[in-house]
Amino acid sequence: MNHLLLEIAPSVVDWSRAQFALTAAYHWLFVPLTLGLAVIMGIAETIYYRTGQLSWRDTARFWEKLFGINFAIGVATGIILEFEFGTNWSNYSWFVGDIFGAPLAIEGIVAFFMESTFVAVMFFGWKKVSRGFHLASTWLTGLGATISAWWILVANAWMQYPIGQQFNPDTMRFEMSSFADVALSPFAVDKFLHTVTSSWLIGAVFCVAVSCWYLLKGRETVMARRSIKIGASVGLFAALAAFATGDNSAYMVARTQPMKLAAMEALYNGGKSQSLTLFAAVNPFAQPDYASQKEPACRIAFPNLLSVLATHDLNGYVPGINDIINGYTDNEGQRQPSLAEKVDMGKKAIDAVALYRTMGNKSEKTRRTVADNVKYFGYGYVKDASRTVPPIGITFWLFRTMVGLGTFFMLFFAVVLFVVFRKDISERKFRWLHILALIAIPLAWICSESGWMVAEIGRQPWTIQDMLPTWVAVSDLQPRSIMITFFLFLALFTTLLAVEISILCKQIKKGPEHSNNDTL
Amino acid sequence: MITYSFLQHYWWFIISLLGGILVFLLFVQGANTMIFSLGKTSEERRLVINSTGRKWEFTFTTLVTFGGAFFASFPLFYSTSFGGAYWLWMIILFSFVIQAVSYEFQNKIGNFLGPRTFQICLVINGIVGPLLLGGAVATFFDGSNFTVDKMNIANSFQPVISRWANASCGLDALLDIYNVIFGIAVLFLARVLGLLYMTNNIDDDSLRQRMRRSLIWNSAAFLVFFLIFFVHVLVKDGYAYYSDGVIVMEPMKYLHNLFANPFVLILLLAGVVSLLAGIIMTIVKSGFIKGIWLSGFGTVMAVTAIFLMAGWNNTAYYPSNVDLQSSLTIANSCSSEFTLRTMAVVSLLVPFVLAYIYYAWRSIDSKKLDRQELKGGDIY
Repeated sequence: MNHLLLEIAPSVVDWSRAQFALTAAYHWLFVPLTLGLAVIMGIAETIYYRTGQLSWRDTARFWEKLFGINFAIGVATGIILEFEFGTNWSNYSWFVGDIFGAPLAIEGIVAFFMESTFVAVMFFGWKKVSRGFHLASTWLTGLGATISAWWILVANAWMQYPIGQQFNPDTMRFEMSSFADVALSPFAVDKFLHTVTSSWLIGAVFCVAVSCWYLLKGRETVMARRSIKIGASVGLFAALAAFATGDNSAYMVARTQPMKLAAMEALYNGGKSQSLTLFAAVNPFAQPDYASQKEPACRIAFPNLLSVLATHDLNGYVPGINDIINGYTDNEGQRQPSLAEKVDMGKKAIDAVALYRTMGNKSEKTRRTVADNVKYFGYGYVKDASRTVPPIGITFWLFRTMVGLGTFFMLFFAVVLFVVFRKDISERKFRWLHILALIAIPLAWICSESGWMVAEIGRQPWTIQDMLPTWVAVSDLQPRSIMITFFLFLALFTTLLAVEISILCKQIKKGPEHSNNDTL
Repeated sequence: MITYSFLQHYWWFIISLLGGILVFLLFVQGANTMIFSLGKTSEERRLVINSTGRKWEFTFTTLVTFGGAFFASFPLFYSTSFGGAYWLWMIILFSFVIQAVSYEFQNKIGNFLGPRTFQICLVINGIVGPLLLGGAVATFFDGSNFTVDKMNIANSFQPVISRWANASCGLDALLDIYNVIFGIAVLFLARVLGLLYMTNNIDDDSLRQRMRRSLIWNSAAFLVFFLIFFVHVLVKDGYAYYSDGVIVMEPMKYLHNLFANPFVLILLLAGVVSLLAGIIMTIVKSGFIKGIWLSGFGTVMAVTAIFLMAGWNNTAYYPSNVDLQSSLTIANSCSSEFTLRTMAVVSLLVPFVLAYIYYAWRSIDSKKLDRQELKGGDIY
């Protein structure tokens, strides 16, 4: 049954994107803190296990309590995301469900059960299980959350860099051809390391900032100092690791999503020996006239650095937006087709699929036409070149926000680490550092959310890179329905966020419980 | 020889088993519907909440895994049902979101909404979750109003392959009285299991006495609603398909399915007997507190069998009432052979997962919850 006259309303796509962005953004407020605090509390409890000092148990329990307040809301916002693939992106679910569903199922079987089983032992088992079993449960809770991150990032990485699949015209979908390629994709490995280490950074900032608040108030000095030592050590390691993996991310994005890199850099016209932009007057709220401008105004740049970042070669070729639209020869000497050629190939693939299905023409020739052109399947739905260019201004500025704050955190943790190990950080003369740590809390989240937005806005309009644009991936829904659920989720999540922040603040104000010797 | 057909049947079995485990774990929701009716004092209400609060993640995780496994093994169902029955699923999800945070938030200092707000959230989830999940499962037998046309992918104007045939976004399922009846049956089953679980988990004489009394009428209500639905399913026409994939109506298809597969019949009978044995023994033997295990295993077996009735023996498990040939079967909606085979290997981890859940559960439940424990720090 065809529905030739009923076109999908653009607002369905917009509202579906808005709802997914909303739930993902809220989810990502809570999850990095879960991942980061898991490391902090795991280290604190390990020290308690090794030393037997009750004050270390109090420290571990304090961080576990804050972890617990944040944990449930992260889980709650996560379930919406999983089911939204079906509710709002139903075509996507069929078109690539054969590949995408597997990581989600494995995440449930392998990670969620581990997390949910051992988190109960961690919260309620202090007096019911042995110290060793409790310690194992604490680490397994964090491990479960981390494995969960692995599988969902495998799924996300596959959307950005599809690998290990082939199109089957008999079933009208992409099907997995290599599980190892999907699960161990270099894009997934890097995305996992970058995301998890940036989450540790958030946990570390939170730990250091809360501890600094106690120092400002002249309370809980012992716990605060030891927590800062753990937090700053984890934080510096995480910041350096996030920097290294981020560098690798940029290299891979250049190879697999050149349009995203061009948008991140507002690089309209590329070439060899490209410089990395430090600042340029790019309007974040309007798409610049990339077609006729040579480059953004007031550009200040580091010579050759973009070529190094993108190709690991001082004189490497980096394509700009217009080069990608018009076609270019890449750094390996391979000619990359123009947008018009890609659209042509996409249309050929779609027409061949239609021929294969409707005309009963299941010849090898038709099958081959599909296979030869399927790489650009999604371009067959593109009617306007401008729709293949992501929002340049916002991608450009978010990228700078992420990198700038990431650099700040490296310096911040280096200073904190020096002070806490070499000086008495509780002294009043380090009040500026305590206040800086408190200011760093929102900055850490801004940094992390910016990173995600660069990754997701920068890959527009693709749900699956080059294969499925957003307007082909949606469900057949009324915009009104999605709009209502959008505002329901907005109201619910905002209320829950306010409650969580209020509870966290009160809990921090209350401080840790101090054990007596007889409570062991 | 592991054929494609075998893998389709295997994965329908895994889905059925997960469905069975999910319904069993709805004891959390069932118990939460009775927070105010069972808990006469705030201390008793906290006993109920702390009892279910140590298990809610299992229900939540099983629901997520059930969804993930359905996505991986039968993506066309995920695409058609979730995308079409939008409001039905959104309401279910919404109720689970408010449940997840309610335990942790309600009695914490700084909760400016007050504990009662979150207790009401638990009650809402307790009623809405089982009721709508039951209603959704009933559509496996009574059908839904959707169409599927994979050729739409090649249509640049309207590329969406699954469409709901009306503007209800799935709420039309609740206009079918039998879907509602099954939803109510699942709700009462969840309450029965909740009572059995709390009888086992809470060491408190006055609450146990009240729970035993409540168990009698909740069990009676469950049996009445379940039997009405079950007899309806056995005598109604079912959605059969043959080797050419064409779907036809077959009188008393589900009854035929039971007799065609003795394994399913035995599983169903054993499940019902075990479920009833747990209930009856708890009612008649005053010191008996292990009814949850008997009834729990019984529920898993019976619900698994009901799912198998819906999907095995050449039956369309997600029938369409507006376009019979759009109905989903385990053959036309499943993932590729490669994916099913790969996921089958992953599913071998399930016994290992169950083993550590059992070990951790036992460790936590070795000492029953009592009023004394509420005075300690590790509580909700």
